[in-house]
Amino acid sequence: MESLPITIDSVSKSYGTYVALDDVSLDIQAGEFLTLLGPSGSGKTTLLMALAGFVRPDSGKLLLGDRDITRLAPNKRDIGIVFQNYALFPHMNVLANVAYPLALRKMPKAEARRRALDTLARVKLEGLSERNIAALSGGQRQRVALARAIVFEPRVMLMDEPLSALDKNLRETMQYEIRRLHDDLGITTIYVTHDQREALIMSDRIAVMNSGRIQQIDTPQRIYDRPSTRFVAEFMGEANIVAPGLVRRIDGADASRATLMIRAESFHLDEKLVGRDGIALEGTLRAKAFRGENWLLTLALDGGGQEVLVCIPAALASGCGELATGQRVTAYAPAAKVHPLPETIA
Amino acid sequence: MLEAYPDNRLSRIFLWGFSALVMAFLMLPTLVVVPLSFSASNLLEFPPRAYSLRWYETFFGSATWMAALRTSLILGTLTAMVAVPLGLLACISINRLGGKAAVTIQGVLLTPSIVPGILLAIGLFFVLAAQRLVGTLFGVLVGHVVLAIPVACIVLLPALARFDWNQVQAARSLGANWARAIGGIIVPQLHISLLSATLMAFLTSLDESVISIFISSGRNSTMPKLMFLSLRDQIDPTIAAISTLWTAIVVAVVLIVTLRRKS
Repeated sequence: MESLPITIDSVSKSYGTYVALDDVSLDIQAGEFLTLLGPSGSGKTTLLMALAGFVRPDSGKLLLGDRDITRLAPNKRDIGIVFQNYALFPHMNVLANVAYPLALRKMPKAEARRRALDTLARVKLEGLSERNIAALSGGQRQRVALARAIVFEPRVMLMDEPLSALDKNLRETMQYEIRRLHDDLGITTIYVTHDQREALIMSDRIAVMNSGRIQQIDTPQRIYDRPSTRFVAEFMGEANIVAPGLVRRIDGADASRATLMIRAESFHLDEKLVGRDGIALEGTLRAKAFRGENWLLTLALDGGGQEVLVCIPAALASGCGELATGQRVTAYAPAAKVHPLPETIA
Repeated sequence: MLEAYPDNRLSRIFLWGFSALVMAFLMLPTLVVVPLSFSASNLLEFPPRAYSLRWYETFFGSATWMAALRTSLILGTLTAMVAVPLGLLACISINRLGGKAAVTIQGVLLTPSIVPGILLAIGLFFVLAAQRLVGTLFGVLVGHVVLAIPVACIVLLPALARFDWNQVQAARSLGANWARAIGGIIVPQLHISLLSATLMAFLTSLDESVISIFISSGRNSTMPKLMFLSLRDQIDPTIAAISTLWTAIVVAVVLIVTLRRKS
């Protein structure tokens, strides 16, 4: 199966005064797994629906390979879609659901049946082909939806928060399975989620969206460690945005004049675990919480009282239990984990 | 709801008694024509002094009545066949449009069921007269479809409101054009509501008299029109026989559809 690159070229969409997509441009390579990540209302689903053909952009172009699909009818796009609520057809059994796109393509019945059964085996649903949709569990429905979306060998797959209805354990299993399926098929995939962990685990690249714009597009690691905006930093995890002047270099050199982003888990309480070029933050302990795998400390920094979250792995935090609120604490972070935010903050 | 009321003998007797009264009030006027139709007398009299089937013979022996029966059944079927698909498409657009546009269209669509029938008939008469369609079966069909669309929509709109539209989008993404998505995904899942809408549209046409009186004529006269005319010209128990048969047909259709729905 040949998969195709996707080009999104300055696409905008407004509903009345509400701007859902604000001049969005994005190139997705053939075979790539790209995640659109953002809070609700960020425009990620609108962008997905524009690619699917259910939302017509006010301006801009959508290309599949080098073909302009901006105004092409949804049924002519050859794009497999997995919907958030699966949108299975309850009046058909599992096999008929999966064979439906093949029947539409006028494939002979015997061949369609064979292909549908092969695809069901691929998503580990052998033996359930005659079941009614109503008799399936959430996870099984999810697999039927996947099978139905790939059975006709689409060149692109779109997934709209496909795992949000599943419980946590099943969700994690399915994350790996969807990624494995993508790797097997090599199909260009655009995946929408608001769950940053899911995006980090599954994606080749992540496009973080907010208010109809792409804030940053990069590999999961760079998005996490090197966010380009405050929004991305805070959306991706426990981020501390530290104003200039509150940070001291351990070696006494002049500290950076930029606003810094330091993740909560980058901190250590032991100076020896951080290099000489690391930084130190001094403050008073406001609160502490034991979270199983780690301790979360809240420090009020000297000089302004800005609060900083410090996350210490339980294995390295033998002393945390004895810390009392009001006590003075110094937190250290290695230079590699201190990221100057390119964006200036007012 | 009934659980909220005190459950004692007295209240139960009262409830049953009241229900029986309502039933009698609703049913008696319809049922009183049944014995009348089996009367042997030349006059409408209740209770009949002797019984016979002569008025049924008169009815089935009359070419005029038979033509009207045929017209009414054909018209009812055609009305349902035209009004339900149109109503379904209209309801889909109302459902998809949403907002003020949907409310406006819905209002316009439902007006024929709110406007007095006589006004609609007069208006229709002038429009059809300009097209030289007065007196044709097609002209009456147009009138009945106009009346039946709101009836079909009242049944179909709530059903569509409960329908998961993502299924249609899924079908479209899988390669279905509009017609296949509606025919293969919406229609099979809405079949019960569509059946109700068809029945209601059929009965709307079967029952309709005012438009028929204005528009239909001669061989295209419908049963209700002929019944009105014959009541005006001559009163004999033929009309009671026809009413009885008419009621029987309607009850039969409703029963068949209701029982099929249950199974």
